[in-house]
Amino acid sequence: MTTTQAAATAEDGIEEISHDRLLAALSAGAAPKRPGAIANSFTYGWRSLLKIKHVPEQLFDVTAFPILFTLLFTFLFGGALAGSPTEYLQFLLPGILVQTTVFITMYTGLTLATDIDKGMFDRFRSLPIWQPSPLVGAMLGDVVRFALACAMVLIVGVILGFRPPGAVQGVLAGVVLILIFCFAVAWIWILIGLTVRSPNSVMALSMIVLFPLTFASNTFVDPATMPSWLQAFVNINPITYLVSAVRAFCNGEFATYDVTVVLIISVALVAIFGPLSMIRYRRR
Amino acid sequence: MSHQSELAIEADGLVKTFGDNRAVDGVSLAIPRGTVYGVLGPNGAGKTTTIRMLATLLRPNGGFAKVGGFDVATEADKVRSVMTLAGQFASVDEDLTGTENLVLLARLYGFSRKGSKDRSAQLLEAFGLTAAADRQVKNYSGGMRRRIDIAASLVVVPEIVFLDEPTTGLDPRSRNQVWDIVRALVSDGATVLLTTQYLEEADQLARRIAVIDTGKVLAEGTPGELKASVGTGVLHIRLAQQEQRVTAEHLLTSRLGVVVEPSSDPFQVAARISDPLLANRGISELHEANIELVSFSMGQPTLDEVFLALTGKDTEHSTAQSEASS
Repeated sequence: MTTTQAAATAEDGIEEISHDRLLAALSAGAAPKRPGAIANSFTYGWRSLLKIKHVPEQLFDVTAFPILFTLLFTFLFGGALAGSPTEYLQFLLPGILVQTTVFITMYTGLTLATDIDKGMFDRFRSLPIWQPSPLVGAMLGDVVRFALACAMVLIVGVILGFRPPGAVQGVLAGVVLILIFCFAVAWIWILIGLTVRSPNSVMALSMIVLFPLTFASNTFVDPATMPSWLQAFVNINPITYLVSAVRAFCNGEFATYDVTVVLIISVALVAIFGPLSMIRYRRR
Repeated sequence: MSHQSELAIEADGLVKTFGDNRAVDGVSLAIPRGTVYGVLGPNGAGKTTTIRMLATLLRPNGGFAKVGGFDVATEADKVRSVMTLAGQFASVDEDLTGTENLVLLARLYGFSRKGSKDRSAQLLEAFGLTAAADRQVKNYSGGMRRRIDIAASLVVVPEIVFLDEPTTGLDPRSRNQVWDIVRALVSDGATVLLTTQYLEEADQLARRIAVIDTGKVLAEGTPGELKASVGTGVLHIRLAQQEQRVTAEHLLTSRLGVVVEPSSDPFQVAARISDPLLANRGISELHEANIELVSFSMGQPTLDEVFLALTGKDTEHSTAQSEASS
């Protein structure tokens, strides 16, 4: 008996439980002072970063997609649409920057659905903490991923010959606007992640929504070449405003109207989907 | 002190419906402070749904419940500060290491950076997981996984601990270790609400037990009282031929004067006998009557027998078993 136990111990690395230590640990379990909303959210943000550290594969989507998109569209359409890939790149890159980052917002819903699936959120929801903090914290981590994706696109772009007149500060301003918009869009995915609950359905839904939304915009071509019904859609598509604003920033201009529209849409998205997500989160 | 404040958990007519399914159908509980209370029932009986309502994860459709004196519907935040939840549904992050999971929770509770690390190390040592501290939880064995789940729910030890089927699927050694943890919790002054499918587990740990099935409390009492309802001990006999069952049952009733329990298995005879000598006589009698036995054993009534005695109907588990064997 003793021998088999010892063998099992060696095999699975499990140790015996010491009763005295257990009692000491239990009696030392008094609650410290309760932290605030911001501290809770940052702790969850830390968790997202830890997950990047342990599951670096998840960054593959964030890095491979942008590189693939940039290379593919530049060389596929560049010659036909703008005379040369390099010329087209000046027009395309701000749009690709928007498209890849908006695409990645889907992962917010995917991660959430996976967490719920695995029972993480039952633990979180039973804790005496600021209730939205797991959601807000996850998004803080996601903003880091968005920024990383932007960096990838820009690096590839510069290598291929992207030379924006707006220089570093123009591009940075564009990236900040993209991050704000994507932070807001991610709340839609949070609501979807909380509602459908299966990671696969989130993935399927994202394709149906994001492909039309990002392609039916001014990302790739001038909308003036499109049929009028498509133009009508493109002109109300928020992606169009974001791409115009970022393109202007990269050209060293400030498109007041587009930036304002993007900011209003962002605030509206958070104002609508934030509370809806919280109701859904509490009521499950 | 009023009577109410001596109760850690009280529930009155709790109801939870999912569509047409009444998963919990009027459960009432009164659980005194500082004790282990067992909720016993088969899969799908409504145990987990009940715990999830008490832990503020689900909103009851009817009835009311107080945990630590706070209403689960209107004072959810206060309830969360007096209880903790471990079990099949409240999980840890498989991608993170043992230490990272505990530090994460400690930080959420408000421990400082250093305080979190110290608390995590202390818990890992107490739960015998120091060697696995820096391994991702997905690489833990089943027993280790259960321990880190429980450790994660005890970063702060509140008054009330919910353990949802803490030993389901564990080997006997790991199960005994979980039992030790439960005993230590109570000796530390906590109230533990434990759900289980095993009568033995409830018997070992709980001061009182509620037996529930199809969302209702069928019986409530001390383990002794519940077992008395089916007899203190049971002689289980397995026959070679099911045609001999009636003869065997008749023989035991007439010669020994014992009560024979109904059984869903046609090859099985279960007689209430607590005295081994009497059981020995019973076996001899059957032998002399040329009734062939495959096996016999003496023990506590099983959960199936408790259910049969309480409801006259089978648990789904044993029905499935007898269907498979017939």
